[in-house]
Amino acid sequence: MNPQLRFHDLTLGYERHPAVHHLNGVVETGALLAVCGPNGAGKSTLMKAISGALRPLHGSIERGGLDPRDIAYLPQSAEIDRSFPISVYDMVSMGLWRRAGLFGGIGKADRARIAEAISAVGLEGFENRPIGTLSGGQMQRTLFARLLLQDARLILLDEPFTALDAKTMSDLLDLVRRWHGEKRTVLAVLHDFDLVRAHFPETLLLARTPVAWGPTAEALAPENLLKARRMGEAWDERATVCEDAA
Amino acid sequence: MTPYALLVAPFAEFEFMRRALVGVFALSLGAGPVGVFLMLRRMSLTGDAMAHAILPGAAIGFLVAGLDLAAMTIGGLAAGLLVAVGAGVVARATEIKEDASMAAFYLVSLALGVMIVSLKGSNVDLLHVLFGTVLGLDDPTLLLVAGIASLTLVTLAFIWRPLVLECVDPSFLASVSRSGGLSHIVFLALVVMNLVGGFHALGTLLSVGLMMLPAATARFWVRDLTALVVVATGIAFVAGIVGLLISYHAGAPSGPAIILVAGAGYAVSVIFGPAGGVLSRLLPRRHLEA
Repeated sequence: MNPQLRFHDLTLGYERHPAVHHLNGVVETGALLAVCGPNGAGKSTLMKAISGALRPLHGSIERGGLDPRDIAYLPQSAEIDRSFPISVYDMVSMGLWRRAGLFGGIGKADRARIAEAISAVGLEGFENRPIGTLSGGQMQRTLFARLLLQDARLILLDEPFTALDAKTMSDLLDLVRRWHGEKRTVLAVLHDFDLVRAHFPETLLLARTPVAWGPTAEALAPENLLKARRMGEAWDERATVCEDAA
Repeated sequence: MTPYALLVAPFAEFEFMRRALVGVFALSLGAGPVGVFLMLRRMSLTGDAMAHAILPGAAIGFLVAGLDLAAMTIGGLAAGLLVAVGAGVVARATEIKEDASMAAFYLVSLALGVMIVSLKGSNVDLLHVLFGTVLGLDDPTLLLVAGIASLTLVTLAFIWRPLVLECVDPSFLASVSRSGGLSHIVFLALVVMNLVGGFHALGTLLSVGLMMLPAATARFWVRDLTALVVVATGIAFVAGIVGLLISYHAGAPSGPAIILVAGAGYAVSVIFGPAGGVLSRLLPRRHLEA
């Protein structure tokens, strides 16, 4: 089977300072991969780069023939204007953008899919509520419903369960498992190691450079976590040009 | 006075009143929806700045050709687009923020426009450019205003989805489509066009009033986007009619009368509007069970 993602000596960063340094590896199609690591380890940067929003400083990402616009990406803190007068239903239906575009009609089948997505995240009855009236958890459910509709082969979740209660988290985790069952590739940035051990078969432990990548139990072994914790967060103003790249 | 004499007779008897009525109707159709999006994008003052910016363009047209429709329209469009683009470029290329660069551009534009008109024409001409002549709309002007309204509605239909999405969740739009930036530029062009259309009737200074006041007023009555657009358009048209009638019966200047009526509607809505007005906050109704 062709891998969904392949990183070739990938270095990502801002103003020439690397946030992800020399990452090599392959994410198989259908993988359920947790991306862990301390703050500032480059996890969000990696997600951004896979989604196509950030150009690599060095190296490249192969997306298995996928157009970046066909990747579903849930950023850590979406810049959503919650005061905009739009309903949950309309917000969710934006997930159909790649199919409907500027003009494509939203037909009977589409309406059924929107209704199905809304009920899958447990938001029946909220269809006409303006998004400004939603709680944090309800908003996250709305965004997951939109992800469902995007029907993407590759799904990127950046800290999707932060600040959610147990019920909401387990509901949304069910969706992640459903995607995994449908052979979609899912990458999730997570901080809760117990959650990762329980539900994610594979883990990439990142501390700017990849510390470990493999079956979760091995990747999250104590010696690896210790190594990751030692990673310096500050960027060095006087860092010299990295010679590894040559 | 009978209701007929008060409300209908002015329009039935005088052609210039009927023309003015058609003019404000067309203006409302374009300015209503554009104003709602300006407000939702937190660009209300940008609209104001652009309205001022149109003045020197129209004034140069006036300098070249006198009170000529085509010359002043082209001048106004060119100046408005130039300032929109120029302020954007200054904001992105330097450390100054967009609102400050807008303010700089429009203050200079306003002074320049008044200077040009005053040097060449009379005070009457200046008043015409600043405050418009809704009671003196001729056929070409009406066609222009109606054309701009039609083009605006069709264009809005084209860019509706990306425009809404750009307001609500710009990073999501960027992740699925490249239409965000283009729809923003097209929208700015619509703003300039509607201001230019409005300036023939209401003048450069007041044309933005028929855009922003109805939008802000509608916000106090409804919360849904579609309803906002419909209500704002309706308010703009009603303000136009009432303003024209007041100006007819009281012999008051029509442009300011229209904007003052819209302003009165706004004031009433601030107090009585059910969607976040003062009274609804001071005297909240009893809370519900769930």
